[in-house]
Amino acid sequence: MRSGPDVSPPAAVRARGWGWRHAGRRAWALLDLDLAVEPGERVLLLGPSGAGKSTLLAALAGVLGGDDDGDSSGILTVDGRDPRAARGSVGLVLQDPDSQVIMSRVGDDVAFGCENLGVPRDELWARVREALELVGLDVPLDHPTEALSGGQKQRLALAGALAMRPGLLLLDEPTANIDPDGVLEVRDAVGAVLARTGATAIIVEHRVEAWLDVVDRVVVLGSDGTLMADGEPRAVLAAHGDALAAAGVWVPGREPRIARRDGPAERPALLTAEGLSLARVPGSPLAATVSSPLEVRVAAGEVLALTGPNGSGKTTLALTLGGLLAPFAGEVRAEPPLAAGADPHPIRMRSRELLTRIGTVFQTPEHQFLTSTAREELALGPRTLRLDPAVVDQRVDELLDRLGLDALADANPFTLSGGQKRRLSVGAVLATRPRVLVLDEPTFGQDAVTWAALVELLEELRSVGSAVVAATHDPRFVAALGADELALSAVLA
Amino acid sequence: MTAVVAARRSGLGAISINPVAKIAAALVIALTLAFSLDVVSASVALALELVLLPFAGLSWGAFWRRTAAVWIAAPLAGLTVVLYGRPSGQVFVTWWFVQVSEGSLHLALATLLRVLAIALPAVVLFATVDATALADGLAQLLHLPARFVLGALAALRLLGLMRDDWRALALARRARGVGDRGRLRRFAGLAFALFVLSIRRGTALATAMEARGFGGSTARSWARPSRFGAREVLLIVVAGAIAAVAVTAAVVTGQWVLGGR
Repeated sequence: MRSGPDVSPPAAVRARGWGWRHAGRRAWALLDLDLAVEPGERVLLLGPSGAGKSTLLAALAGVLGGDDDGDSSGILTVDGRDPRAARGSVGLVLQDPDSQVIMSRVGDDVAFGCENLGVPRDELWARVREALELVGLDVPLDHPTEALSGGQKQRLALAGALAMRPGLLLLDEPTANIDPDGVLEVRDAVGAVLARTGATAIIVEHRVEAWLDVVDRVVVLGSDGTLMADGEPRAVLAAHGDALAAAGVWVPGREPRIARRDGPAERPALLTAEGLSLARVPGSPLAATVSSPLEVRVAAGEVLALTGPNGSGKTTLALTLGGLLAPFAGEVRAEPPLAAGADPHPIRMRSRELLTRIGTVFQTPEHQFLTSTAREELALGPRTLRLDPAVVDQRVDELLDRLGLDALADANPFTLSGGQKRRLSVGAVLATRPRVLVLDEPTFGQDAVTWAALVELLEELRSVGSAVVAATHDPRFVAALGADELALSAVLA
Repeated sequence: MTAVVAARRSGLGAISINPVAKIAAALVIALTLAFSLDVVSASVALALELVLLPFAGLSWGAFWRRTAAVWIAAPLAGLTVVLYGRPSGQVFVTWWFVQVSEGSLHLALATLLRVLAIALPAVVLFATVDATALADGLAQLLHLPARFVLGALAALRLLGLMRDDWRALALARRARGVGDRGRLRRFAGLAFALFVLSIRRGTALATAMEARGFGGSTARSWARPSRFGAREVLLIVVAGAIAAVAVTAAVVTGQWVLGGR
């Protein structure tokens, strides 16, 4: 595998007093970083969100930008060269599976990096095949990239980086946005790749446990962007476990614990559905729900988890229960305690009527942001309900405090970190105090701290008589809330 | 590996012909017919095309679906000319601005045939164009800047994501309590939100492309050769022949009218 003239040997990474400040920001994302990674080392890079982990990886990949994009200090090199000059000998895999697919066919996508490096055609296709085989992506070369699952797309991105035969492989939360099966797929692919190529690797991940066997060193960045700990994985976790857990890292044995609360005495049904078949877009039903229609009961003080493999219709069911999508067949009924004067069919309620009845939190927070500050975002719902301005302010302040967003009240929602966006999107829906809360993958990509804050909030809402419906892949989430499970079956082929 | 490339190129009919040749062929016919205004050249071209179109490799279902707009647009264009075309010869009907005359009827027929003769081959040839192959051709054969061509190709892929984004944005607005607003205001809000999201997606995609060495100083190689061989030349020759026969027929019958006189 590692032969031929264009193979980059395992690379060495050096940072001496290195720092970076994004243009227009006052604080440095990273400051005075001293780090040496030897050729062939596999480093797990940990730290709280905002510690500058992604910034460091982007800088090493040479995609951080030039002088217009920020200020740098100190020295950062890959094999003694400026990373921008070493592009091509460094491979980068990012978090979001969708934004890394470049071409419309699998083979072409993997070939893209090699083309840019000027690899001759015959060798190029040999590399493409080899890379796909190594990441275990067994699909034809002309398979449409659109048809891949999240885990497959991440393996495709890995293959694309790999075909360039980099001496340094950088993985920025490669499994944050994919389901649990996908996590293992990607982890195993990375393990196989490193074992075969011997490349140096730096991996950023919150979910430590899955990666412990792949890495041989853990480096921890502090919240101020400096080096906090460095050493053998299990030794570092043992010595700094509490600090890491407090920083949001999922440290084995130190997972967050959620205290269960008593629920309400009365648990009337709020939402029910019978003979329910789903359609993601009008007129094209999900076959599995047509052949065996669903029965759903959502009651006050209870949590219903919608589970099942990708494509089984979890999101569609959540949005249908949320009164946003019309059922293909059957009906969803808002029972009297929920309907409270509005149409008993959620899909026929007015948009404003939904606010106090059924609140829906989307999987992608960006889809539901409507204003330019976090404060406005939280105030929008209460204002739409024409609540007294004093009441609106009170609710907003309470939520900002509760969600740990006080300091970011005037920040643009789009500029927040992933965890902050998620909390804000939940808060914006809670601001109108809906009786039923519908969430789509609320814990995807969350660090342990955000996860715990979110689950605690939901447990509290449940205990005072709200109902929670969540489409989820996260068994921890289901267990922590003592949720009833509605398992959807795979799509009938 | 060339086997895969070859397999991809061994499709039936015109499907696997280089898109650059398809554009050239469609242009040859369109430009020739655009410079004339008579019935004979357009009808001869159309007749020859209708004989050849079944060999283009498009199924009949796909053919009618893709060309539906053309079959609607052509008679409409003809009708417009019937009613409002410059009157000449005997006038049959006059009503407000409408004047149906011998001249306008003649011109309408020529227009209808001309729209069909230009649009049908263009639609059929383009229907079978693969965006990746087109980008390969534009960059390798016409030597358009690779940065521009591949950037556009990657952006094209985002269109599918934009459709999903649009749907999710619309549902999210209903969930946030602002779905009752007027249609126009809602559309403007949605369009702006989609714009913001698309810029973010575009930026992320650009980073991913850069990380794979795109835009570097190294001379690029091409995974898929863009070939211009006998079939491509043949297609353009056929298009040229259709144009030539059409013009000749018009000239010989004394019907040739140069446009824009």
